[in-house]
Amino acid sequence: MSTFYFIAFLSIFFSLLVIFAKNPVHSVLYLILTFFTFTIHYILLNAQFLAVVNFIVYMGAIMVLFLFVMMLLNLNKETEPGKHYLAKLAGVIAGGCLLVTLVGSLKAYKLSAPVILHDPNLGLVKNLGKVLFSEFLLPFEISSVLLLSAMVGAVLLAKKEPRATA
Amino acid sequence: MELLDIGIKFILIVVIFLISLVVAMYSTYAERKLAAFFQDRVGPNRAGPFGMLQPLADGAKMFMKEEIIPTRASGLLFIVGPSLAIMTACIGSAVIPWGQPIQIGSRIIDLQVTDINVGILYIFGVVSLGVYGVMIGGWASNNKYSLLGAIRAASQNISYEVSMGLSIIALLMITGTLSLKEITEQQHGWHWNILKQPLGFIIFMVCSFAETNRSPFDLPECETELVGGYHTEYSSMKLGFYLFAEYINMFISSAVMATLYWGGYNYPGMDWVAAHVGPTIAPLIGVAVMFAKVFSFIFFFMWVRWTIPRFRYDQLMDLGWRTLIPLAIANIVLTGIVMTFFK
Repeated sequence: MSTFYFIAFLSIFFSLLVIFAKNPVHSVLYLILTFFTFTIHYILLNAQFLAVVNFIVYMGAIMVLFLFVMMLLNLNKETEPGKHYLAKLAGVIAGGCLLVTLVGSLKAYKLSAPVILHDPNLGLVKNLGKVLFSEFLLPFEISSVLLLSAMVGAVLLAKKEPRATA
Repeated sequence: MELLDIGIKFILIVVIFLISLVVAMYSTYAERKLAAFFQDRVGPNRAGPFGMLQPLADGAKMFMKEEIIPTRASGLLFIVGPSLAIMTACIGSAVIPWGQPIQIGSRIIDLQVTDINVGILYIFGVVSLGVYGVMIGGWASNNKYSLLGAIRAASQNISYEVSMGLSIIALLMITGTLSLKEITEQQHGWHWNILKQPLGFIIFMVCSFAETNRSPFDLPECETELVGGYHTEYSSMKLGFYLFAEYINMFISSAVMATLYWGGYNYPGMDWVAAHVGPTIAPLIGVAVMFAKVFSFIFFFMWVRWTIPRFRYDQLMDLGWRTLIPLAIANIVLTGIVMTFFK
């Protein structure tokens, strides 16, 4: 339990640093650390496969792309556009709404009831695969279609527009 | 009892660590000697007999050199880059089974640091973490050539990781497990995966060349275009760490290739040998066989480096996305068809 609290503290600490870091590249690096703490959370929950996939996909691929873009943009203080105070206000309100929703939905749970893992091996690849391809087949396939459409959309956006014939 | 187990593991880790460092050290020597051989030169021959002490001399030189941190570099990250590179290179060896369990006295000792059930994915994770060392170092140098090198490294690694993962999937369909120990055990007695997955192996090998930034995929440090690539600004042992990490990565990926496709520590007639020399010596022969395989892969890496010229960058991306990925997917489909109709 103390491990959990320590890692949870680290998660929150690094996520705060993501927001407060002045340099966007540092922000991304802190975000990588945050994801690393999530990986440890998964291991603590006995979900090795999820942990390692989180490690590979989020830390190893997605965050590399984030870092990539940040490095290419070379953002610094001089070029950062000043934010209008209305935009800041909108940000605060939107964030507050999200917080209220999250707290409200968490309160609906009975926090005192301990979570019992029925099968400690559930997180292994074999069991996860079996569950995904039997019980949760439909959501699994639908999400794959969703990913495919996202991919097609990205390719479409990246494609050069045909030169207008004058 | 418990303490003894931990002690044995600790010794094993230290030994594997030392072996990877020594192998990496002597890989630099081997590379220079082989380059000399391929180009009809003599190679390093001053330090010690046949220049055998050359790596030590190089190491001492690296430590003695002046440490330069550019004023506009971002301080901490400049140091984090090479540290991360060498760290990720060193932790990859944890899941590789180096030999069968060895019996010493009445104890049976596993020659593998840990057998986690997602072993292959662990290796992938370490590989994908490795790119951060290069990226952070390249960015922190505050130099456009370093940044270009870092970005090349990142995009190259991401591109080739995809086809590497796909080539592994076909292998996993056959083996049905992610644990490297079980995969090696399944290959006992000529059931080597290379015989079932020749195409998968070729894809995996090409990808590991790209992942380790070895020639012909060494564009991140292409000196004709980028001065020195991502480590342009580095000097002293920090540069040494980057170069060293490359050789350790080469060692680890050779070990992974040998384990996944070439039977690991298995060799023909090992049962007969095991019956004759007993449970203490036989695993050691297995370890020697494993290392022989690893060394032949390292030799192959070097052979390719001094034979094939570097790709152009667009050719590299073309090969990754337009050739290897479709090939890997075709390999998966083919494997699925064969598995369904012939078993």
